[in-house]
Amino acid sequence: MSTVEIGLATNRGAGGSLRARMTGAFRTRRDARRYWLLLVLFLGIGLLATLGLILYKNPVPVDSPSFIPVVQRRLTAVVAMFVAALCHSFATVAFQSVTGNRIITPSLLGYESLYSFIQTSVLFFFGASALAKFSGTGAFFLQVALMIALSLILFGWLLSGKYGNLHLMLLIGIIIGAGLNSMSGFMRRVLSPSEFDLLQSRLIGSVNNADAEYFPIVIPLVLATVLLLYLLSRKLNVLSLGRDVSTAFGVNYQAHVILFLILIAVLMATTTALIGPMTFFGFLIAMLSYQAAPTYDHRYMLPMAFAIGFSVLTSAYFLLYHVFRAQTVVSVLIELFGGIAFLIVILRKRTL
Amino acid sequence: MPMHAVNEVEIRSQPRISEQKNKSRRILTVPFALAVLAVIALGVVSLFTGVYDIWGQADGRDMFFITRVPRTIALMLTGAAMSMTGLIMHLVTRNKMVEPTTIGTNEWAGLGLLAVYLLIPSPTLVMRMTGAIVFSFVGTMVFFLFLRRVRLRSSLIVPIMGLMLGAVISAFSTFVTLWFNMSQVIENWFIGSFAPVQAGRYEYLWIIVIVTFLVFLYANRLTIAGLGEDVATTLGVNYNRLILLANALIAVCVGIVAAVIGNIPFLGLIVPNIISMIRGDDLRSNLPWVCLMGMGTITLCDIIARVVIMPFEVPVSLILGTIGAAVFILMLLRQRRSRRLR
Repeated sequence: MSTVEIGLATNRGAGGSLRARMTGAFRTRRDARRYWLLLVLFLGIGLLATLGLILYKNPVPVDSPSFIPVVQRRLTAVVAMFVAALCHSFATVAFQSVTGNRIITPSLLGYESLYSFIQTSVLFFFGASALAKFSGTGAFFLQVALMIALSLILFGWLLSGKYGNLHLMLLIGIIIGAGLNSMSGFMRRVLSPSEFDLLQSRLIGSVNNADAEYFPIVIPLVLATVLLLYLLSRKLNVLSLGRDVSTAFGVNYQAHVILFLILIAVLMATTTALIGPMTFFGFLIAMLSYQAAPTYDHRYMLPMAFAIGFSVLTSAYFLLYHVFRAQTVVSVLIELFGGIAFLIVILRKRTL
Repeated sequence: MPMHAVNEVEIRSQPRISEQKNKSRRILTVPFALAVLAVIALGVVSLFTGVYDIWGQADGRDMFFITRVPRTIALMLTGAAMSMTGLIMHLVTRNKMVEPTTIGTNEWAGLGLLAVYLLIPSPTLVMRMTGAIVFSFVGTMVFFLFLRRVRLRSSLIVPIMGLMLGAVISAFSTFVTLWFNMSQVIENWFIGSFAPVQAGRYEYLWIIVIVTFLVFLYANRLTIAGLGEDVATTLGVNYNRLILLANALIAVCVGIVAAVIGNIPFLGLIVPNIISMIRGDDLRSNLPWVCLMGMGTITLCDIIARVVIMPFEVPVSLILGTIGAAVFILMLLRQRRSRRLR
């Protein structure tokens, strides 16, 4: 089946230029070369920025005993960036292929609203001492599990059966998010100022908030999910051709869509609980990776998306920390660029 | 094809009009009179709901006219304005999920307020209003143009796009506020509340009465515009001018409400939809109903907002946001059963 699907991808891309056609994931040898060059380039930038983040302006010399702790502290942030880039790139690209729509992102499904709703309601119903205790791996996993459960309920309820409809599910996901936001806003109004302060510090997401305590479980979980997604990426190639074509190729469309959405939910829930919300980051890197990887084969698209995500995130942090000295606006700035990219893309689209 | 291409699924309620044509065209009916009475009753309740004891205190009478009466009037006007904008948008785009919250008009208005604060150190209410109106006009126009250009595979895509667009605009606003250190301005704006309304601070809302009058005047032509550019032109209506007019009416309503009250979510979505489920899709005879129900809904929500944590109060937008989200989801699920959406 894989030859059929790759041949199909090539045909769609080639558009008639028979001369330089290849029987691979890329249209021409030049495209393939360009892909590998760009991949290496982005990985290089990511690596350089990582080294910069860890070593640049390190206040202690290498031979000092406190060198290692300092590096470890900085490494936490870099690992968090790695996890964020991995989760957002894989989740967004897979999500856009599954939904057959390159303008939506999985962040729409209300993970961050649910996250802040959980935090707020713990404080609201059980008080400040409970919120202080509501940390550590147990609480972390409870939140991740709740977020995944919400998506499973949404998928199972709205995607399966006779009335299954992807767009309806998305819209309801967004609206549930908006409703949860209103409810947590309501609860926050009732809190005393001191309680509110406690909450506020929890709700602002940033790679510096990431707690190294969760890494031993988060990293294997994310890596396993990503690996599974990558191994299934041939199925993703078929699903991106739409319901009818996939069924004709013998792929159970509905079951595979739900399977991929579950994997996406795991990734998004983990990154939201670890770092916090980033609505347009995934969109930005997915869009860039479609430009950089001229192929329909997800086995090439996904690594490119990750390389771009990681290099964007690390170099943005490096530049804004050390060159512009504007630490607070990094995530907002990435969001802004993602948002602008989104506007440009939708204004150029002809069909949705 | 323009934006109405896929929305034929949205007009289920139209047969009703032909069935009971003469009946639904009449405005002054017994149910309408009852609805008016209900809204008046809610208004009276709103007048006498509050912490301040207007009977016992010496200045109770003054307080009544300084805060309670303006607040109730503001509620009525805002309710009418926001539900009316929803109705106009539904008509013009022929998509019943388009309204100021779902296509980002509210966020654009917020950006407009912010722009005015940035350009002018201490802007007056008129300046803020102008900024909000201009920006909501631009924002709505951008979305309408986008809808006309793009070919849609599902009418559900429209609110999804609109909500994302709104998120982009509010991300931009957040960025600006962080950069210039004025997050307080926008924070206050995002939560619409009637608490600060008092005599001298709400009077611009009366402009909404003029807008309502204009909508009445143009009701039939707006309905024709909803049929699409080709049909409208054939029927002798200047389509582009009408779209601009509809847009201006929407922008004025949203802008004024944004400057005076703040963000009022979902009202334009739930009220016109419920009315059209009951009555069908005739703009002119629905308009009074929509205004009335908008007034009633927002007054009820505001009374809840004032009572629920006495002696404090909750911003009404949070109540509306929660209830509105629930109603919206129920509506979507209802549609899912009754017609095949794709």
